[in-house]
Amino acid sequence: MANGIMVAAEVSGGAVASITLEVLGAARRLADQTGQPVQAALIGSGVEGLAKGLIAQGADQVFVVDEPALAKYSCDGFVAAMEKVNAAASPSAILMGQSDMGRDLGPRLAFRLGSVSAMDCLSVTAQDGKLIAERPCYGGNARVTHSFNTSPAVVSIRSKAQEPINRDDSRQGQVTKVAAGIDAAAIRDKIVGHQEVAEEGMRLEDADVVVAGGRGIGSAEGFSMLEDLAKALGGAVGATRAACDNGWRPVSEQIGLTGKIVGPTLYFAVGISGASQHMAGCSGAKNIVAINKDPEAIVFKSSRFGIVDDYKKVLPALVEACRKLKA
Amino acid sequence: MPLHIIACVKQVPDPEAPASSFRVDEAAKKVVAAAGVAPVISQFDALAVEAALRIKDAAADTKITVISLGPEGARDVIKHSLAMGADEGVLLTDSAFVGDSYTTALAISKAIEKIADYNLVLCGRQATDWDAGVVGYGIAEMLGLPSVSLAKSVVVQDGKVVVERVLMEGYDTIEAPLPALVTVSNELGEPRYPKLQQIMLAARKQVTVWGAGDLGLDASSVGAGAVRLNVERLFQPVSEIECEIMEGETPEETASKLAQRLREQKIV
Repeated sequence: MANGIMVAAEVSGGAVASITLEVLGAARRLADQTGQPVQAALIGSGVEGLAKGLIAQGADQVFVVDEPALAKYSCDGFVAAMEKVNAAASPSAILMGQSDMGRDLGPRLAFRLGSVSAMDCLSVTAQDGKLIAERPCYGGNARVTHSFNTSPAVVSIRSKAQEPINRDDSRQGQVTKVAAGIDAAAIRDKIVGHQEVAEEGMRLEDADVVVAGGRGIGSAEGFSMLEDLAKALGGAVGATRAACDNGWRPVSEQIGLTGKIVGPTLYFAVGISGASQHMAGCSGAKNIVAINKDPEAIVFKSSRFGIVDDYKKVLPALVEACRKLKA
Repeated sequence: MPLHIIACVKQVPDPEAPASSFRVDEAAKKVVAAAGVAPVISQFDALAVEAALRIKDAAADTKITVISLGPEGARDVIKHSLAMGADEGVLLTDSAFVGDSYTTALAISKAIEKIADYNLVLCGRQATDWDAGVVGYGIAEMLGLPSVSLAKSVVVQDGKVVVERVLMEGYDTIEAPLPALVTVSNELGEPRYPKLQQIMLAARKQVTVWGAGDLGLDASSVGAGAVRLNVERLFQPVSEIECEIMEGETPEETASKLAQRLREQKIV
């Protein structure tokens, strides 16, 4: 029953979410490995026009459920819609991004279909005829690879863990409308309010340079040096859970297993011990520079460059050196 | 009508244990318990109990039952929850329960059905060992309950649960009719720490123990023979990074060297 690798597409602000493009890339590679088509499930209201873009990014078949009751995400509504799509398409696997939506839809959908899910995975590949999903666990201290005894295998993929394919508008594909008949009255979980947290400057996840501070910063005021460095490099400030729990930085800057996952080109870990729950949030960074006065800090094991010194001495000098570089 | 809340709690290895003490036995596909480090209640599950207690703070006749599935030693996390202020405990322990997330969800949902007369089920958003975040959804699906996840606030009013659900960029306010299941996130705040008197009182609270037979489950539906999600390999990733420590006579010199290296490597 190798009918297809399905991607549950996510729509955000009227467009396909970037994480969906990454998952489509993973699906395309997996589908090519196993000789299956890539199927996309496009669920929402007024979303049909986005099907072409999914095909350009790797889908061979797009299954569209376009109904007013699905204008906003709901667990009940989207699980029911995906159940109908699954019946129509019979995929061997259903992939999605580990996002606000994916982490809610994936597990419930798996149980609805009598199957199981592997969440927040770094990769999904075929090995020896089995689907293998690899994910971090134990706060990032360990990795586990899973295979599945039930179908479809449901897998969610961590942001920035996979690359999209290059967009190809000449790609051809099939678009099929699925009438799910979702009754709004039957949806039990309802969004009645929304509060956006105003983030100053660029989104942490989009920043190419992140300057993050931890318990070692010691105070809210200490972070001003990190802000200076971020400004000098055109980057954003991040923080560990400890720093946010202490009220030194807002929760929106929290990087870690239960905060944001970032993958910048350059990541400064300042006054950060390197505990795995935090490193889980920044291990996608291409280059990590650790600044810590403790030479035994385990952060140095995950960093490309390190300075063993008090950040209060190092950062002003580093800001100056970077300003000269950028001048 | 007094509310009955069920909170699900798991015992896990202490995530605060030094990283150097973390070891995986690859052959057994298990984490080796670090010597001398006691297991703890999973952090988000303690917050699920805290969320239940905040509801009870506002409505004193609320009853809170905690359930834990695990080895006999998991009784400790039930005791901790009772000391925090929960009223009764149920320990689900049986070698037949050792399996995957499907087994865990099935056993817990059967136990909840057996307890009956509940209004709200609270779980942590994910266990701090597997970090998966799936069992709560399994319980909700098997019991036919609406589910809302990542709560930073849980309030019951007019037969509904009102949840502030944490998003990447803010939060949604979500309502669902009772009975419902909610998973709780760290943004809820801090779990209360039991005082000595509460710990002593907790010793007198009822803890019921059930095995697979008590729940009408057998080896065909739970445990090693009923695994849906296989563990192929559990391992510690090896870091291939060699850290280059920058040094200098002064911070200015060190900083300048680092900036130079970053420029050389085309990172900046």
